[in-house]
Amino acid sequence: MLIQQLVNGLTLGAVYTLIALSFSLVMGILGVLNLAIAELFMLGGYFGFAVLMAQLPLPLALIAGMAGAALVAAIVERIGYQPFRAAPVVTPMLSTLGFSIILQNVATNVWGSDPLQLTDEVLSGRFNIGPVSVSAIQLTVLGVTVLLVALLAFLVQRTSIGRALRAVAENRDVARLLGVPAGRITLIAFMLSGALAGAAGVLIGVHYAAITPYIGVEIGLKAIAVMVVGGTTRIWGALIAGPLMGVVEVMTVAYGGSQIRDFVVYGFMILILLLRPQGLLGGGRSDQGQRV
Amino acid sequence: MNSTAPARLKLDHVTKTFGGVHALTDLSLQVAPGQIVGVIGPNGAGKTTTFNVITGAYRATSGSVLLDGHDVTAEPSHRIARAGIMRTFQNIRLFSDMSVWEHLLVAQPHAGSFARRLLPTRFSNPKAIERAEEVLEFFALGDVRNRLARSLPYGLQRKVEMARAVTARPKLLLLDEPVAGMNHDEAETIRSLMLRLRQDGLSILLIEHDMAFVMNLCDHLYVLDFGVLIAQGRPEEIRLNPAVLDAYLGRAA
Amino acid sequence: MSVYDAGLLSDIGILLLGALSVYIILATGQLSLGNAGFMGIGAYLTSWLTVVAGLPITAALIVAALVSGAIGVAVGFPALRLKGIYLAMATLGFGEMVRSFFQNFSAMGGSEGFHGMHHVSTGYIWTWAAIVLVLIMLIEASPIWLEIRAVRDDETAAGLVGLNPTEIKVGAFGCGAAVAAIAGGLFAHHHVYIEPGNFSFERSIDFVLAVILGGSTVAPGALAGAVILVVLPEYLRFLADWRFAAFGALLIGMLLVRRQGLLDRALLRFAWPRSRA
Ligand SMILES: Nc1ncnc2c1ncn2[C@@H]1O[C@H](COP(=O)(O)OP(=O)(O)OP(=O)(O)O)[C@@H](O)[C@H]1O
Ligand SMILES: [Mg+2]
Repeated sequence: MLIQQLVNGLTLGAVYTLIALSFSLVMGILGVLNLAIAELFMLGGYFGFAVLMAQLPLPLALIAGMAGAALVAAIVERIGYQPFRAAPVVTPMLSTLGFSIILQNVATNVWGSDPLQLTDEVLSGRFNIGPVSVSAIQLTVLGVTVLLVALLAFLVQRTSIGRALRAVAENRDVARLLGVPAGRITLIAFMLSGALAGAAGVLIGVHYAAITPYIGVEIGLKAIAVMVVGGTTRIWGALIAGPLMGVVEVMTVAYGGSQIRDFVVYGFMILILLLRPQGLLGGGRSDQGQRV
Repeated sequence: MNSTAPARLKLDHVTKTFGGVHALTDLSLQVAPGQIVGVIGPNGAGKTTTFNVITGAYRATSGSVLLDGHDVTAEPSHRIARAGIMRTFQNIRLFSDMSVWEHLLVAQPHAGSFARRLLPTRFSNPKAIERAEEVLEFFALGDVRNRLARSLPYGLQRKVEMARAVTARPKLLLLDEPVAGMNHDEAETIRSLMLRLRQDGLSILLIEHDMAFVMNLCDHLYVLDFGVLIAQGRPEEIRLNPAVLDAYLGRAA
Repeated sequence: MSVYDAGLLSDIGILLLGALSVYIILATGQLSLGNAGFMGIGAYLTSWLTVVAGLPITAALIVAALVSGAIGVAVGFPALRLKGIYLAMATLGFGEMVRSFFQNFSAMGGSEGFHGMHHVSTGYIWTWAAIVLVLIMLIEASPIWLEIRAVRDDETAAGLVGLNPTEIKVGAFGCGAAVAAIAGGLFAHHHVYIEPGNFSFERSIDFVLAVILGGSTVAPGALAGAVILVVLPEYLRFLADWRFAAFGALLIGMLLVRRQGLLDRALLRFAWPRSRA
């Protein structure tokens, strides 16, 4: 039972990991909370569903979800972030909030507010490992997540784009002086982030075999909590925090009832914000302090 | 220096580090009541850091800061300000959207209880208004009282900042490069204002790169280099001190 | 006045109070995305006080405002060490925690909701809204408001001239929480039925929207924003299904061309040249 819950928790955690990575890519590199990510996640799910309902295979659905969400993320970056680069950090957050309101409304009008159901199972089959039963879908979710994280890690750590991303994260002005095209790099950061959120949307949709316009608020927003727990300034904190929060949530539901899970998840986030603002795994706080 | 009277300000073996950078190392200094004391040194010597430690903007890594014999090292900056230490900033920090007049009102925070301060200013604190008028006149800022402080010429902005610092009747005034970028006449005005403030019993600690200005004005000088005190004494002693010449000239070479 | 118009007016009054609750906090430079939480606390507490404890509505509202204000101070004290986005995230989390709490709070109906309140009139709602609005506008002429402006503008400099930023920010947070609770109590007694879903993230966003659209630097901006959010859809019937998208676009457009929102001090001075706003 416990192990079974652990597996279920890890599956949810995998999805959280992807969305949290999506949040922290933008937050870590640009210091901006892109609230539209919650709805990019939802949108990715719908794009994926559209492909699946046309009887096309899952990999295509994933690609569609990622590409679609990345494109919308590009629009968010051009209209909702670029013009506000010099403004207080709260301003771009508000403009991305505007986008999330729009996206949710669009989804509701296009696909209806009732859940969209997948009629045929995308993948069937279960594997029994001792007492634990893992569905093929769960395995897919986990596998795809690992693959995407590996891809992202390669991109960020090993490629010139990744180097540029890290340079901008370190110091935008210095990066520009060194010839990094900062404008293009922020666009790439937003699109990568959108693609991750979109993939998460497809995965959660396939996992539940259903999707609604409200999963952005119900699940996507909670990924903010996951990002905070992992540490907002370090991208990879989400790798630990995602599975952790997924397991915590599933365990809470299993042993405390489904109603208190949001209470626990957000409570955990607030505790971390207050007690360890650098995240669960973050190093010691720097004593640099603000210059006067 | 009169050694029996307690110093108005006393720094006792103050050290401040940022990560690995030693911005201040084991600095001790004193300001007596009614004195004008200068802190000089090349760029990055730790002068502004000294002010930040005194005013609680930074917490000293070790050592202590005493105001009239009371330890204020660990106090938050608003308490230190209320205890009687006010300052200006090297990079002017006036409040945006506030007129000169509003700057003088807002800098008197202990004027009136919380409930009283909720009333419209006209009723809540006639004394604060009186004091603001007085300072306005002292600094000859009457003509620009309703102008947005940030929209004024640079020299006037410096003056407003100084006026804001003086309004609450501090015991010690810290001025961080008050005449930087000013012409001779403007600097002369600031100098005479400082002298008049000293006459009223105010102690002043001054950071300034303009040597002529410092030598003419200060009773005592401290010279910092790389966060270390390399000399102190009366201006005429400092002028001839070989270590000081070395710190300044050696750097330029 | 038709029942329908009265309903709209009541909605404006309640939204005005909610928007003001965000405005007060924003005046100190802090953005709260969780004021629906305080609204929920006010709604449930007032309802319990009138339905179960039998208190008159006015007394219940005052008690709820005080309790919520105290909770606001208690929450604000640690939370206001956080700034900008971090505070926004913490308040968002707080709001969701409160909603989740009431979902589990079976004594007040849990997710089934709670009812039994007596309906209050539009006039009553507006009496409260007007009192709070006028009070805030009066406070804007006080020394405290200067201190608030100083803290918002430059917290460090404010501290160094002797203002206590923590006290000012926590105080404003408590006041915002109290006003949100009044909005909640009136909401409960206007709709005579409440459920946890009434006090979700979207509600917090409505408040923020009203302030940002109407004008975030002057109190009447909250009024303008509340009117826009409630009345605009009535005139833009053709937008019916798309009104949220329209608001979202309006928000982005406003931030792009007029970041301070519709009303600001210059505009108010232009409209009433004599007033020395
Ligand atoms: N907040 C901070 N974080 C890290 N290092 C700091 C900070 N504040 C000051 N420093 C470092 O401390 C040293 C002293 O700086 P400080 O500003 O006190 O110099 P200064 O004497 O005022 O120079 P200047 O004449 O240029 O104003 C410098 O090396 C500076 O980089
Ligand atoms: Mg300096």
